[in-house]
Amino acid sequence: MRKLIYLGPLLFFIITAVYFALPILKGKDPRILPSAMIEKNIPDLNLPPLLETKQGIDKQALMGEIQLVNFFSSWCGPCRTEHDFLMRINKSEIIPIYGINYKDKQNAAKAWLLDLGDPYERIGRDIDGRTAIDWGVYGVPETYLIDKHGRIQYRHVGPLSESIFKEKISPVIKALRKQTNG
Amino acid sequence: MIAELGHYALVLALLIALVQTTVPLYGAARNDFSLMGVAQPAATAQFIAIAIAFGALTHAYVTSDFSVINVAENSHSLKPLLYKISGVWGNHEGSMILWVLILALFGFAVAQFGIHLPPTLKARVLSVQASIGVAFLGFILLTSNPFLRLDPAPIDGRDLNPLLQDPGLAFHPPMLYLGYVGFSMAFSFAVAALIEGRVDPAWARWVRPWTLAAWIALTAGITLGSWWAYYELGWGGWWYWDPVENASFMPWLSGTALLHSAVVVEKRDALKSWTILLAILTFALSLMGTFLVRSGVLTSVHAFAVDPERGLYILAILVLFVGGALIMFALRAPSMKLGGLFQPISREGGLVMNNLLLSVATATVFIGTLYPLFLDATTGQKVSVGPPFFNATFVPVMIPLVLLMAVGPMLAWKRGDLSAAMSRLWFAVALSFGISIFVFWLHSNEPLTPVIGFALAGWLAGGTLKEFADRIGLFRDRLSKSLSKARRLPRSAYGMTLAHLGLSIFICGAVADSAWRTEVVINAKERDKTSIAGFEAQLESVNRLEGPNYHLERATVVIRKNGEYVTRVFPERRFYPVQQMPTTEAAIYTTLLADVYVSLGEGSKDQGWTLRLWYNPLIPWIWTGCLIMVLGGLISLSDRRLRIGAPFKRAHKKVQENGLLENA
Repeated sequence: MRKLIYLGPLLFFIITAVYFALPILKGKDPRILPSAMIEKNIPDLNLPPLLETKQGIDKQALMGEIQLVNFFSSWCGPCRTEHDFLMRINKSEIIPIYGINYKDKQNAAKAWLLDLGDPYERIGRDIDGRTAIDWGVYGVPETYLIDKHGRIQYRHVGPLSESIFKEKISPVIKALRKQTNG
Repeated sequence: MIAELGHYALVLALLIALVQTTVPLYGAARNDFSLMGVAQPAATAQFIAIAIAFGALTHAYVTSDFSVINVAENSHSLKPLLYKISGVWGNHEGSMILWVLILALFGFAVAQFGIHLPPTLKARVLSVQASIGVAFLGFILLTSNPFLRLDPAPIDGRDLNPLLQDPGLAFHPPMLYLGYVGFSMAFSFAVAALIEGRVDPAWARWVRPWTLAAWIALTAGITLGSWWAYYELGWGGWWYWDPVENASFMPWLSGTALLHSAVVVEKRDALKSWTILLAILTFALSLMGTFLVRSGVLTSVHAFAVDPERGLYILAILVLFVGGALIMFALRAPSMKLGGLFQPISREGGLVMNNLLLSVATATVFIGTLYPLFLDATTGQKVSVGPPFFNATFVPVMIPLVLLMAVGPMLAWKRGDLSAAMSRLWFAVALSFGISIFVFWLHSNEPLTPVIGFALAGWLAGGTLKEFADRIGLFRDRLSKSLSKARRLPRSAYGMTLAHLGLSIFICGAVADSAWRTEVVINAKERDKTSIAGFEAQLESVNRLEGPNYHLERATVVIRKNGEYVTRVFPERRFYPVQQMPTTEAAIYTTLLADVYVSLGEGSKDQGWTLRLWYNPLIPWIWTGCLIMVLGGLISLSDRRLRIGAPFKRAHKKVQENGLLENA
């Protein structure tokens, strides 16, 4: 009996550890910040173009097809880390990407695209950060998945990478395409 | 090149730690002195290798080498030098390097100064310590390598979170880690003792200085953090019961219990298995803090580098070490010899009560912190537990503890005389009563809770002072005799007296601030006035200026009392363009009895600015009290009985002397 008492701390610890492990193992990704915008229509927007050769972005442009909307800035370090991957998405033509250039100098943003390549269908300038506030952007880079009715289906905070895209975004895209076809 | 050198040093440290984990442990089992002897040079080499890695990362920060991802994401070329350096540990990867550096530092210290440790115990302690190192070095190299490169390198970095660019916070994490990681030493000693199957007073004497050092650092770290939150966050509060604050508070509570129970092991050879358990749990709580901050299972303003993969890895470390230690505890502890017996009313009995109450306090904080997690996992409901819960559960546990603190030190070892102790407490009663009357007279038409708080603080101070006075025979003997007794008193006695007085001062500050804090929010244009707690504050002007890596608006606020000029204060609102983040720099006018706290909000010349003012009575006492506790700890640590390497025989003699003194 006395010996059993000494097992108490161990049992208590095991129970606690299971509770610690549950949220992680269930795949509840703590990086997902609750977004009030999921399943909602995108807010109104009308952004001037960044480049002379490409149009700006308005609400109509973001409707009608499944696509990614990516908030980026030339002054943002992690944007640089994800840029390479955005270029690869563009090249593989998996899904079109629309860029919203957040609180940036026009020349700096142009130089950045010239330097690293331009993965975007269209680019709009969010000069004062107003659009980002409407979308509930937490910090650049941030990427939204929009369905063809213009509803936000997924939001990723922070730089995109191949593994995040494969695990989190690809399945949603596939599900959405199935719905459309079925 | 230097970053690669750091990376290489880290790999080397991992290999050394592997050797240090295995060889001495095997040597101790076979009683082979040459194998056990590997521990000491290995601990030194491991420390040097990690120091090189830490130096390499610091170099990358100081020279703004943005080809290192970690630097690019957390630093900026315009940042002042102090924050370039503190940026090293202002992020997940760098902070883990600091973590293992301190871990290795403690191992190194035991290797260097533990000359008088029995060789098998020393070998085992160092090998357990190194195994923790292996786990965390592996963690860094596999999931959180700070030396990864970025190609092409950006022109400038993303800057450190502006809230962290502050002198108070520059030193908060290192102190906190010294505390957290310091408890690893107690853990290593506990596990080594379980392997040996032997705990004796000498063991406790070796454990105590390490635990005390960790406790001092943790106290200082928590104090710095709370002070920072007070003046930087601009909310006027000093403790929020945030999960991450709680994560540092829990090891503090159980570490405090450990500190006291180790005394019982040392002096009376009792409470052995309990002390071992406390040592394991204290380090478990420290590890849990590390886990909670980084896994994101709890939402907190402090959480950083949240990543499930890393969370899982740290959880695995936690399970391996704490689970392993607890299994060993379950197997070995029941067969440990029971030590000296004692009556319930005795110094030991008092310390057992102290331990019980501190454990209950730890448990309440534990439940409050993790309840949202348990509820979410079982029912999917999301709740947050806030200050009301902690005030309702934690404070009632503290009241008997404080009552006990005045009585306990007056009880004799083994068998105490409660009525004799009570009769010595008249001074505590008198002081407690006097202060309550005074407080009641000051605030007669307000709730009685602060009166109770002050009564407790007075009781504690009175009991502590009386106990000290009795010890040196003050007012009983001639003054010269008392003074010579005071000189001969062991430093640990001074340490205890100071630490308990510090707590009393802290209680006054905490009670006064929560009961009588006043707040005024106004929209002020230049030359507008307001008054708070007898002070008059006038906004003189607001100027736009440029800082090194931020823009700022600085207000000039004149404070007057009864129409007479007292001082000018300059609250600021800063904007850091790189992180697009505003911060507030509150201005504080402090007398020893209260703070006038001014914080500048948004606004413009035409619209006026939001100005928040707080009057925080006795709030400086909170940090003063904590600093006195730290000072008490430091004085106690300098006691030659605890001084590392003090020969065992001398120490033994001192204990006897001390016992005689106490009985006299």
